[in-house]
Amino acid sequence: MLLKLTRGTVVDPAHGVDGVIRDVYVRDGRIVAAPAPDDRIDREYDLAGRIVMAGAIDMHTHIGGGKVNIARAMLPEDHRGDPVPRTELTRASCGHAAPGTFAAGYRYAEMGYTACFEPAVLPVNARQAHLEMGDTPIVDKGGYAMLGSDDFLLRLMASGAEQALINDYVAWTLHATRCIAIKVVNPGGISAFKFNERTMQLDEAHPYYGVTPRDILRTLSRAVHDLGLAHPLHVHSSNLGVPGNVDTTLGTMEAAEGLPIHLTHVQFHSYGTEGDRKFSSAAARIAEAINRSPNVSCDVGQILFGQTVTASGDTMSQHRNAPHGRPRKSVVMDIECDAGCGVVPFRYRDRNFVNALQWAIGLELFLMVDDPWRVFLTTDHPNGAPFTTYPHLIRLLMDRSFRNERLATINPAAQAMTTLGSLDREYSLYEIAILTRAAPARILGLADRGHLGVGAAADITVYRRQDDLERMFTAPEYVFKDGEVVARNGRIVQTTWGRFHAAAPEFDRGIERRLKEYFDRYHTIRFGNFGIAEDEMASFGHGAELVSHACRRRTP
Amino acid sequence: MSGAARLLHAARQPLFAGLGTDVGGSRAIVRLAERCGGVLDHMNSAAGVRDTMVLQDSGWIATTLSEVRNRADLLVVAGRDVVGRFPRFYERCITNTESMFSGERRCEIVFLGEGPAEGAPPLAAAVTVVPCAMEQLRGVCAVLRALVAGRRAPTMGVGGLPLDVLKSLAERMQAARYGVLAWSAAELNVPHGELTVQALCELVTELGRRTRFSGLPLAGGDGDATFESVHLWHSGFGARTGYGRGYAVYDPYHFSTARMLDSGEADALVWISSFSETRTPPATAVPTVVLGRAGMSCAPEPAVFIPVGTPGLDHPGHLFRTDRVVALPLAGLRTSRLPTVAQAIEAIEGALACC
Repeated sequence: MLLKLTRGTVVDPAHGVDGVIRDVYVRDGRIVAAPAPDDRIDREYDLAGRIVMAGAIDMHTHIGGGKVNIARAMLPEDHRGDPVPRTELTRASCGHAAPGTFAAGYRYAEMGYTACFEPAVLPVNARQAHLEMGDTPIVDKGGYAMLGSDDFLLRLMASGAEQALINDYVAWTLHATRCIAIKVVNPGGISAFKFNERTMQLDEAHPYYGVTPRDILRTLSRAVHDLGLAHPLHVHSSNLGVPGNVDTTLGTMEAAEGLPIHLTHVQFHSYGTEGDRKFSSAAARIAEAINRSPNVSCDVGQILFGQTVTASGDTMSQHRNAPHGRPRKSVVMDIECDAGCGVVPFRYRDRNFVNALQWAIGLELFLMVDDPWRVFLTTDHPNGAPFTTYPHLIRLLMDRSFRNERLATINPAAQAMTTLGSLDREYSLYEIAILTRAAPARILGLADRGHLGVGAAADITVYRRQDDLERMFTAPEYVFKDGEVVARNGRIVQTTWGRFHAAAPEFDRGIERRLKEYFDRYHTIRFGNFGIAEDEMASFGHGAELVSHACRRRTP
Repeated sequence: MSGAARLLHAARQPLFAGLGTDVGGSRAIVRLAERCGGVLDHMNSAAGVRDTMVLQDSGWIATTLSEVRNRADLLVVAGRDVVGRFPRFYERCITNTESMFSGERRCEIVFLGEGPAEGAPPLAAAVTVVPCAMEQLRGVCAVLRALVAGRRAPTMGVGGLPLDVLKSLAERMQAARYGVLAWSAAELNVPHGELTVQALCELVTELGRRTRFSGLPLAGGDGDATFESVHLWHSGFGARTGYGRGYAVYDPYHFSTARMLDSGEADALVWISSFSETRTPPATAVPTVVLGRAGMSCAPEPAVFIPVGTPGLDHPGHLFRTDRVVALPLAGLRTSRLPTVAQAIEAIEGALACC
């Protein structure tokens, strides 16, 4: 099958292509060079005047796993507001803040997204996370395994284990959980909460193990580096949401000691204590630090106004936040000496000082981080807002007058505390393509995604130019997944199952003896039942291929 | 298969009940129910709804089995002893002597309610019984919560328990470093049992302000936690959900199996029980298809009986554990020619396409 996408305006930052009119050829799901003149074109799409980009990639979105399912269980009133009926082509589901897996897959594809990554897979819950992602149609998917409050790692560190042993454990975890990256959430803090600690500072010793969050960050970022993982350590810093946490966040950057580190939902970690309310924006300090630290990247975790739900592994923070929930309900769970989870519904309001300033801080970060390859477009779905708000967020970034109109409507005290109105920057289409395609593919090591070069997977999104950028990004004219048209004008026309992406670093299997003994002595699940087998993945994903990305070790 | 398909094809509102199956079977049955505009209800829903309603209304602080095994220093068992449903719970999670955090682990046990089950093996750990009737549990928890919060409590006590007994229990709970309050919703079989669950959870939340205390809501069996989890990620709802309108509508009252059959609102019943041959369909005149564990005998005899394999015995599968957090892989232990529930449903779907 040979497709020709004719005369589209191609925006492909991975190759430095910015608005060049050219033809794109697709054969059997891959982008190919111009065929010989006598090759038969099976189907031609006239894309004159259309913008052609690679399919978008969401590198941080909570789409599957225990805490997401708990969020779903807690929100019947939210589901009732957005029922998703079955059609001949698509399954019934539910939408809005904590959508069902089917609706999540459809809506991502309708917006031109072709890959999504669940950033908080508890290793013991990885099977559920992959089952849910397996039931998420169309898009490619993958998970980041959470470490840093698991008792096995903390025991290793407390006993002074060598880095090589820890590297083996990290690699084994990736293998057992079929994940592509490592995330740390409130390093050590989820464990400390189990010992009744309610806060955890960067250099504070864990009440039982004695190690500090800084130790954990250094050890894990070293492991991720040594194992040769593409994605840096993905860090949800300590003190989420706490006024004045800017110092913790700056310290977290330093804790990586120059190794690559990714700070996630950094908006929630960019708060000062100035002003009458003792809550202020520290976005300038954070952005300045990122600008001068080439080893640091971030995603924003923008909040947008309305009802949503926050779901996090950070039990310590979520227990603290529970009284602010709307509607007032919450779940906080300690989980299997592995980690935990906390779910609190939130309604962000533009008239509320704190919420309005959070909104402004996120936008300040987007506009003040200079390098679009190191700042990623996320709402930390659903924590800042559901992912379906992305088109609105893109318009806020690309259209200064629209942004300033919105700014004029938020809480006046918050307006007075933000420099947003003075920031002239408007993102270009090229930069948006970096944020949502080229950069996420690069930072995850997805060599054949996020670009339109020869050999790339034919995940392609075609937009009709519109003055209203929000509408333009809401309903692309065509979305191709692996060369098949899956959505047209914002409606699903075909469903597929995508792929799983996982990392496969090499390691010394000797670690398994230690792990088996640990499981036998302390756990309620047998070691042999912990890891996910390859054939299990196939059954989870309706036959979706498991792509195991090789890693090249960076130490002998 | 064609008999089952014809029956479903003719039905206007089929009821898919029992639902004792694994992840694969649950995925298949949801797909079929959507297609037929049917209603889904699990055989253990009456109990499950008690926990679900609390999640929907106020939430909870909870923990899981391995945390209990390693950290708990006080276990309060609320209502009826859980050993009847979870025979190895104490052995695995409470009376284990080794834990990660202390050389000699000791977890005290308080039975708040009916006391230890008769005939259960004696517990090695220190046991206290604070007796109260199941109907009084809610009120007792409310007073305990008031005491923990330092508010006024009725001087005459509550539920037949004098105030000093309650005070001493409240103090013990507050003194725990990692307390656990366990219940099995199936045993809280009193009118509005969900309010009892809520009272338990509110007590735990109050204790959690100063110390660590967690609930341990134990799901029943027959795949109830599994179906619940699978259907949640499909639709946002657990059992007692109908697809008559094309999308999921949740109604824990209207969509109970007993009510749907008694009222005549269901005109076909598909009963699934792949774990237990004794969990047979309710006696009904509604035409019935049974996907049952081999050896099941039903009275009256159903219109169609399809023997299916048991996950973990006849074929591999996946099942969610009682704490709803761990999905366990099950291996097939013997060679079997019986179809899985998922395979049987695929065959029915194939036959439906020909109707």
